[in-house]
Amino acid sequence: MPAIAVDSLYKVFGKGAKNAVAQLKRGVPRADLAAKNVTAAVIDHNWSIEPGETFVVMGLSGSGKSTLIRMLNGLIKPTAGTIRIGDVELGSLSSRELRRLRREKISMVFQHFALLPHRTVVENVAFGLEIKGVDKTERLERAREAVELAGLAGHEYKLPAQLSGGMKQRVGLARALAADTEILLMDEAFSALDPLIRQEMQDQLLDLQSKLGKTIVFITHDLNEAMRIGDRIAICDGEVKQLGTAEEILMHPADDYVAEFTADVDRSRVLTAEAVMEPCGTQDTSALRRIEPDVPVNELYQPVLDSKAPLLVVDDNADPLGVVTPRSIIKSLAFEPETAADGEEERQPA
Amino acid sequence: MIEYLRNWFWTYIWKPLPDMPFGDWMESFVRWARDAWSIFFDGTETFLESVYTGLTETLLFLPSGLMVLVFAAIAWAAKGWKLAATVGVGMFIAAWTPYWNETMETFSMVLVAAFFATALAIPLGILAAENRTVSTVMRPVLDFMQTLPGFVYLLPVVMFYGIGVVPGMIATIVFCMPPGVRLTELGLRQVDREVVEAGQAFGASPAAILARIKLPLALPTIMAGLNQVIMLALSMVVIAGLVGGGGLGSVIVSALGRVEMAQGFNAGLAVVILAIFLDRVMQGLADRTPVARAAELAR
Ligand SMILES: Nc1ncnc2c1ncn2[C@@H]1O[C@H](COP(=O)(O)OP(=O)(O)OP(=O)(O)O)[C@@H](O)[C@H]1O
Ligand SMILES: [Mg+2]
Repeated sequence: MPAIAVDSLYKVFGKGAKNAVAQLKRGVPRADLAAKNVTAAVIDHNWSIEPGETFVVMGLSGSGKSTLIRMLNGLIKPTAGTIRIGDVELGSLSSRELRRLRREKISMVFQHFALLPHRTVVENVAFGLEIKGVDKTERLERAREAVELAGLAGHEYKLPAQLSGGMKQRVGLARALAADTEILLMDEAFSALDPLIRQEMQDQLLDLQSKLGKTIVFITHDLNEAMRIGDRIAICDGEVKQLGTAEEILMHPADDYVAEFTADVDRSRVLTAEAVMEPCGTQDTSALRRIEPDVPVNELYQPVLDSKAPLLVVDDNADPLGVVTPRSIIKSLAFEPETAADGEEERQPA
Repeated sequence: MIEYLRNWFWTYIWKPLPDMPFGDWMESFVRWARDAWSIFFDGTETFLESVYTGLTETLLFLPSGLMVLVFAAIAWAAKGWKLAATVGVGMFIAAWTPYWNETMETFSMVLVAAFFATALAIPLGILAAENRTVSTVMRPVLDFMQTLPGFVYLLPVVMFYGIGVVPGMIATIVFCMPPGVRLTELGLRQVDREVVEAGQAFGASPAAILARIKLPLALPTIMAGLNQVIMLALSMVVIAGLVGGGGLGSVIVSALGRVEMAQGFNAGLAVVILAIFLDRVMQGLADRTPVARAAELAR
């Protein structure tokens, strides 16, 4: 069973929202609605997330990302469509049941941290447990564990005002972790941080994720970030423009909107040996140096230069999959994305 | 032309109207109301009267010299030794004037009136912050309450309660309440939306969000409102001297009537000293709220 599943989900702001949904379903473009002071923020989302998956939602400002994530924990009601968390449908819950679901299943990390300025780090982190009704000694104990997990040991009794941005966001993260929910929603959680701290936080999230295996919905407008942490990425502009893995999006952008995003991505970090390899052909592969299929291209430069012969990509059973040569690397990095709309026939065979 | 119109209006419209006994109507209404709701009026009167008397007697229990020290100690606790010294000197001067008893009476009236005004203002402010309709209905009422000069309130209260300390205090409660309501509403509305959302996202109930997030964060603003409430209360209890409110107000009213420069100055001095004490102590307490302290740390 998926952890989260949405089905023909719509959110329209403004008067006559239901009517607008009907129009959208008939194919009236979003821009026509905007002229009537109706904003279609989320249009026809259909997807599901498996437990333990990190799902990234991307899009430009105003593309409905925050609206979407706020619908997932019921802060905003959908105009049409359904959301399932596990086997529960959100729309069928009373506000009391909804609050309970949030306490037990879903927690959230906010862009601007949303900490209580008058509470110390542990007291902030313990907030979710406090709302759950966990008694004081236990919740502070668990909060201290979460603080440590988030890499804030030693800062337990500081106030948010005494922390840097990165540290504040660690508190936000620790607060969500302490609540010990299966699902973690993160709305541009790292956007307010400077690039170095941001990378550090991404590493930390990946590290935590490998230990804890939560279901994460992560919102960002930075594709590099999306590709680093996401198992799958949904690129949205109201509707979902493309949904797939980082590689799929990079190699086969569905349209110009998506292609625009991929333009400034550091391809060498995202593409793997498997994505850039060429068929082995008939050559003798026994003497070639072997590499694994999921090594990023930027770690192949030196090995390729060092060995005169191509590198052999092998799977878990040591069966050859293909070869990587300097030529294949340069070709894949210089790849001009052609969108599906431009037509396949122009593309040269690899 | 205008002259003609005016004559015409006077002769044909205004004159033929029967005499309107507005005043009589009002009087009979007041009489009726006093009888019909006598439990309410008598009840509030006895209640306020006994609270006030009790507090005044407590304040006058110690000799003035010791009370000066008590005031200084309060100032020390609220802010620090500098304020304690200022308050000590000020209160010593007030004790030196012939009006120490009246000063304590006035102080007691301010405390009682401000307490009840606050007890009404904060719930009203919360209601207004949580509910748009309440807010839109309340705003013009508060505007109106604030534009009326203070002594206008004395009239209706005197009609219901006669002359004395209680009508003075009731007029004061009504007069000093608006900033308490306003700043409570403002403070609550100013709370960062994302922080409130965080409360919701973790499944907190509206009551828990109010108690654990909104009120603590709004507290400095609410305290600023209470400070204004107290200052207005002080100015109003002095005006209430006009209706036999007692305390420094009565001294000032009688000094005005007889152009007694010295007497008026003494009483005025005591009022100023009380004002400084109340304002500074409230300020000190506002700076001690957890949020204000955290903000201080950030600097
Ligand atoms: N409460 C609301 N009432 C009316 N319109 C709204 C409301 N909330 C959002 N919108 C509109 O919906 C659209 C999507 O907003 P949303 O906040 O979801 O965008 P976003 O993708 O999160 O953008 P950003 O990257 O700037 O955070 C915007 O055009 C916005 O103006
Ligand atoms: Mg947003």
